[in-house]
Parts: sequence; structure tokens; C-alpha cells
Amino acid sequence: MKVVVCMKEVPAQAVPRRLDRNSYRLVRSVGSEINGADHDALEAALLIKDTGTECEIVVASVGPTTVVGSLQHALAMGADRAVVVSDEAVAGSDLIATSRVLSRLVARESPDLVLFGPQASDSSGSVLWAAVAERLGTPFVSNATRVKPVGGAVEATRQTEIGYEKVLVPQPCVISVSGAGQKPRYPSLKGMVAAKRKEVVVLSLADVGLSPTACGISGSMTRVLGMSPPPPRQKALMISDENTAAEQILAFLSSRRLL
Amino acid sequence: MNILVYIEERHGRPSEDSLGLLSYVSSLDAAVSGVVCGFGVREAAEEALNYAPREVFAIDDARLHGRLPQPYVDAVAQLVREQQIDAVLFVASVLASNLAGALAARLEAGLNWDLSDIVLREGRLVGRKLVLGDTACVEVGWEGGREIALFRPGTFEPHSVVSKGQVVDYAASIEDHSTGVKVVERWEERAQGSPIESADVLVAVGRGVGDRATLADAEELARELHGALAVTMPIVDQGWYSHANQVGQTGKTVRPRLYLAFGISGAIQHRIGMERSGTIVAVNTDPHAPIFSFSDLGVVADLHVVLPKLRKLVRAERPNDS
Repeated sequence: MKVVVCMKEVPAQAVPRRLDRNSYRLVRSVGSEINGADHDALEAALLIKDTGTECEIVVASVGPTTVVGSLQHALAMGADRAVVVSDEAVAGSDLIATSRVLSRLVARESPDLVLFGPQASDSSGSVLWAAVAERLGTPFVSNATRVKPVGGAVEATRQTEIGYEKVLVPQPCVISVSGAGQKPRYPSLKGMVAAKRKEVVVLSLADVGLSPTACGISGSMTRVLGMSPPPPRQKALMISDENTAAEQILAFLSSRRLL
Repeated sequence: MNILVYIEERHGRPSEDSLGLLSYVSSLDAAVSGVVCGFGVREAAEEALNYAPREVFAIDDARLHGRLPQPYVDAVAQLVREQQIDAVLFVASVLASNLAGALAARLEAGLNWDLSDIVLREGRLVGRKLVLGDTACVEVGWEGGREIALFRPGTFEPHSVVSKGQVVDYAASIEDHSTGVKVVERWEERAQGSPIESADVLVAVGRGVGDRATLADAEELARELHGALAVTMPIVDQGWYSHANQVGQTGKTVRPRLYLAFGISGAIQHRIGMERSGTIVAVNTDPHAPIFSFSDLGVVADLHVVLPKLRKLVRAERPNDS
């Protein structure tokens, strides 16, 4: 089977994030990496392969050219190859525009299963997979903690507010995995060496049959209109002395009459 | 402007969050309707009428029984088109987020999410949302077409009024391909210890707890504080604790007087379930953990050192408790 894992490049988490004063967009010149949670989706794909299912794993991403470098980690973990749409006209795309590009990219691969991670660290909508599945016209389920191909379907265990359920999703389908399951593996040295020889295809918008106006700001249906300071919230009182931390917590709790 | 509020049904009742949104939106200068989808949801629709909509559409269909989003997309999209709805508003949940995302693509409509406020300005909606770990606030709008929004849970309180509206039964056609996903099995777990929804004090542990012995320690501390133990999703997923004790997006939303978090980084999925707690104390080794941005007391330390010591101190403080 063919599995496409969708991954997104986000600003490096170690650097404090900020918004550009004019465009209100996230400043992305601070260094970047693949959204950590997306590796959960790749891990789910690798687990399918581990069980002996014949499986090609393709990583798909939409983003600036730096994505190619950021994807090395995924390739080293064991993805077979990567396809990327990198085009300046994509910058500033909202959900509608991004799902348009990503669904075209995914459709090119005709996968049996498309996997997403739980959410991105730079934007917490948890809505992209639903929009992509809608555009692909395939069934989808979210919040899967386990996925297992069974015949022409995928059996997924999901967790929702109400409890658990096991569902059977006919292939081709889109599934978003929800954290946990298993911690993403670390690439082996062999994997890191092999990653350098793996294929990364970089496509333009034209390659996926879209005009520049279908994406970016012109293809988007939402706008950021302005920015303001957040409503004031008391900053946390911080303690960092481990030896007296317990005493300080106790003192804090009694000062607030919480004991 | 015609606004449709999606009312999520849970165990036969509209969710508090949906009713809160309905109450709030009804104060805007717009024609507000609600929609309840599912199987056996007419009573929930009746109840929602008390929160001031002009009407509540009840889409009651056996094919909506599974709480899986795709048939809901068919139903809501059809209603939106037929009733000339300009904006569809949801409170985020597993089902609502999936539904909103797919609906946006179906209708080629803009979707703004994680909103905590909305106003009408010159005939169009303007939303407000907190971003970057709530360190900045942005105003968002929509361009052309319909407007779809997802709100952060726990944002609005419901206020009931004397109902003037009516329930309108609506039959939607659902595409065959939307019902492809089959539910094989469904189960719930029972809470371990006291239920977390009603606890005054919650001791909460996340991935950083590391081992089961420390989890037991946290359980003890919760008992000594007359509270309950709450956990994050990774703990539940490892099989260490019941899903009924899970706080966050796919768990419960809690509002205790005191929330003591150990080894919890404060990812958004967890945060939306507990950020309205009275006092939040967080212990984490990572000084950059997002949880510190919404805590009252932040402790950068190893919980394995702090937790046992705090237990001893609490016990000493309350010598007569057992």
C-alpha cells in the first residue's frame, strides 16, 4: 500500500515566536523545523511497515524551500521519499488555500492512506485534514490512537470526549493520529546516511495544476485585520530553586488559602 | 445577516458550550438560528430554543447516529445553502472541528478558529483570538463568501430566556459515500478515584511523570488535598490511568479552585480543558514549557524531587487527616 504522511514546517520551537508588525504573519526567519507532532503520523506509518505490510511511505509538504532540509529527519526515520510544493505564491495561505494545494499534491500520489499529525505548533486549528479529505472526496476520521490496515480498509481506534471507538475506514482515506500511540523513533545512523540519497521532489504550483491566484492571500478567504495586546493576565510567579520548591509551593497555597 | 449556530448534542442534551455561544450570538444584530444534528435529537433542539434563537433546525436522521463528521457535512451544507445562511459558528470539539474544516472546503468559505470573541462590524463578522500562547491578540475577518468560525470551548456562559422560537424539522439528503466509515465498537471507561469534574482540587500529571510509582505518589497527594487525580492524554494512552480522568480536548473540561500540574507542558489540547481553573500551579523541568504562560505559580524543577516533598509537607500541615 502507499501511505502519504503530511508534514508541516514550523518556526523552530526553541526560539520565542512573534508576529510581524505589518503582515501579522508569524516571523519565520528564525530557523525552522518540521512540526514535532507530525512525526507521530510518520511513526504510525512506520509501524504499519514494521508489521510486514508492503508499504511505501511518502512525505508530503507545502512550504518554503527550507522544507527540503527540514524533511531530512523524516527521511532518516524511514520515510521512502518526499514530495514538496514550494512556491512563493503559497505564502500567506489560509485553510482554504492550503487545503487546495495540499490536496492536489496528495492526489498526485494516489495513496491508499493519508496520515496527519494531531495539530501544528504554530496554528492549532485541527481542521486541515478534514478540508483535505473533503477535497479528495475520501472518508476521514480524526484522533486515531492506533491505525492498522485490514484488507481494503483501515481499522482505527479513536479517542473522543465521549470515550473510545474502533472504526473501519475504507481505503483510500484520510486519518489524523492523535499524539501518544508510540513515541516517534529516533533515526539510526544508517537511516541518516540513507536519507541523503532519498528522493525529494520539489514542485511548483503549476506542477500541481494551480494558478498563483488560487493560493496565498489572493486564494484565501480569511484575513488578519489587526493586532492588539492580550487582555492582561497576571504573569506567573516563578520559582527555580528545586531544594526549596516544595516549601515555596506550600507557602503560596496557604497564602491563597488553598490548603 | 443570517447566522447559524451549530448546537452539539451530548447524551440527549445540547452542550453547555453550544448554548453559551447561542446566547452570546443572539445579542448581535443578526437573524440567529440553531441546528442540532444526530439521531434522537429533537428534545435537545427544544431545549436550545430557550437560548434565544429565531428557530432551531432539527436534523434527526439514523445515519447521523455515529457522530462521524461526513454525513453531518452533507446535512449542514444543504441547510446552509437552502436557508441562505451567511455564517456558521461552532464551539470546537472533536466532531465540530472536523465538521467545520470539511464544511469550509465544501462551501469554499473562510474558516477562523480558536476565537474567543466575535462582533458585527459593517455587516461582517470580526473575530478575536489569542495567539502565540495567548501573548498576543489578533482580529480576524472573512473575505467574500460565507463565514465559518470555531470558538474556544468554555468561552461563553449560557443564559436562558423565554423562548419565542420554534423547532423546524429538516430532512437532509446524505450522500452514500459519506457513510463509508463504520463504527465497530464503542466503549467508555469509568473514573479512577473521585470524579474530576466536581473536584475542588485537582492534582494533574502528564508525560513528565515518567513512571507509575510517581503516578501513585500524585494520587496520594490528591487524596491528602481532598481532591482528585487528573491526567493528560499520553498517560491514558499508555494504559496508566482511565480516560474518565483525562483533561483536555478529548477528555473533560474542568474548573477546580486549584489545579496542581506536574510534568505537563501545557499543549493546547490540554490547556483548553483546564485554563479556567482558579489557581494554577505548574511544576516542569523545562523553563520554556507553555504551561508557565498561564500559571499563577511556575516551578522550574524536577517533579520527582518536588512531589514527594510536597506530599510530606501537606501531610505535616494536616496531621489529623487520614
